[in-house]
Amino acid sequence: MATQQTQLLARTLLTPAVALLFIWMIVPLALTIYFATLHYNLLDPGSESFVGLENFRYFLTDPAFLASLQNTLVLVGSVLAITIILGVPLALLLDQQVVGLSIVRLMVIAPFFVMPTVSALVWKNLLMHPVSGLFAWIAHLFGLPAIDWFNDAPLFSVILIISWQWLPFATLILLTALQSLDEEQKEAAEMDGASAISTFIYITLPHLARPITVVILIETIFLLTVFAEIFVTTGGGPGLQTTNIAFLIYSQALIQYDVGSASAGGLVAVVLANIVAFFLVRIVGRNLEA
Amino acid sequence: MARMVTTRRKVISTAAAWLVGFLIFFPILWMVLASFKTELEAFAIPPSFLFFHWTTENYATVQERSDYFHHALNSIIIAGGSTLIAMLIAIPAAWSMAFSPTKRTKDVLLWMLSTKMMPPVGVLVPIYLIYRTFGLLDTRSGLIFILCLGNLPIVIWMLFTYFKEIPKDILEAARMDGATIGRELIYVLTPMAVPGLASTLLLNLILAWNEAFWTLNLSTLEAAPLTVFIASYSSPEGLFWAKLSAASTLAIAPILVLGWFSQRQLVRGLTFGAVK
Repeated sequence: MATQQTQLLARTLLTPAVALLFIWMIVPLALTIYFATLHYNLLDPGSESFVGLENFRYFLTDPAFLASLQNTLVLVGSVLAITIILGVPLALLLDQQVVGLSIVRLMVIAPFFVMPTVSALVWKNLLMHPVSGLFAWIAHLFGLPAIDWFNDAPLFSVILIISWQWLPFATLILLTALQSLDEEQKEAAEMDGASAISTFIYITLPHLARPITVVILIETIFLLTVFAEIFVTTGGGPGLQTTNIAFLIYSQALIQYDVGSASAGGLVAVVLANIVAFFLVRIVGRNLEA
Repeated sequence: MARMVTTRRKVISTAAAWLVGFLIFFPILWMVLASFKTELEAFAIPPSFLFFHWTTENYATVQERSDYFHHALNSIIIAGGSTLIAMLIAIPAAWSMAFSPTKRTKDVLLWMLSTKMMPPVGVLVPIYLIYRTFGLLDTRSGLIFILCLGNLPIVIWMLFTYFKEIPKDILEAARMDGATIGRELIYVLTPMAVPGLASTLLLNLILAWNEAFWTLNLSTLEAAPLTVFIASYSSPEGLFWAKLSAASTLAIAPILVLGWFSQRQLVRGLTFGAVK
């Protein structure tokens, strides 16, 4: 029974967190909206003036925006596809009886704990370097020409690195979900003579539908704003080939010092993320009631 | 054993699992190996896998460049500081929502979650300008503050899901026995909450340690943690693979160990309880 006193206490305890998060959400966002309506360049101080929606028009009609939007979508889509298509069989494999499973689990989960700048540089240099990288040597063993990854397929190279980082996450979540699957259900299906494939399609896969959705939503939120991996490997290039929205905004803000245009871009990113967030929050909310 | 597993099947899945696990882990292993090579050997083609001249000179060189310790210390202070402050703010909030829920608790929780969905790049410009105005660029306190806010929703959520599992009857029993709220907190709640607190602390330490958006954008030298230090190896003139590997190994080793301990909590923390 909550007395009035404890209710008051509860509210007092909650206030600092709510206030901080509220300020954190409102102030920068309001400023972003405000800056987005200004002509404001840090290299040209004193020239700030209200330009209405001019920045949005500029940002949205900038060919760099379309290119970076396309790169963002390709990057998010490819990483999602790779991590789930590989993650499902990998989780199924780890759900089997495996000798030394705990060690295998450790090896599989490890990439997720490597800081982004380390994984990007290790892949770029030690593995994907066109002359001294391990991949070049392996290609040579098979008599194939070495691939100059970051020149010939820059976006794919970035996708490969990010997929390596996120595959463990997808696998771990799917594995957790598999382990909560009722064994008896599978046993019953087996006794009824169901093949392994139909057990998978009719029992396992439906059970994985929700965790897969969760993986898709959470990965999307993080992948929409991938930054460090691009920053240390390609710097958005060659040309605009690996520039995603996050990197475009960064370069407009901190390289060209165009505050107005970068703010307009920032709001575009917020809108994109919110579309995804809307669905994620609904799923989590439904779970909260159950 | 619930199901009959034939030995043959077990052998096959064991072999497959080890092979896949090894492949996924290989880049890290390869980096660790390279950190014990000379620069020449790290570049060499064909590469040597185990039979090279093992040396620890890269580790010595990396540490001699006194700045390694400087950046490692920054990482410890920033990750540790932001996590601790986030915990201090989050524990009361989560406690209150778990034990005195109101009609609005669910909305508050979901709203907190939605603040985490805001892409950092959307507020990069104002944060950068505010930091510039107040002299917070490239300061540890500036990074601690922003990482603390960034992780606060996750911390509150994780703590909430753990606190929620503590049976309320125990609290009522303690209250009947005349325990004050203070005593209730110290003697009843804390012991039951410690595992949840520990795993929340661990996961957020990892997230803050690896954070590479704000650290790259808001710090350059003085306050730069290891993420930024490693990024400095990306310049073409800084291409020393063995030293890069040694610095990287040092930077990820502690977090890899912590991460392995917290892998189960990871699912819970990052899916906001949507997958259990």
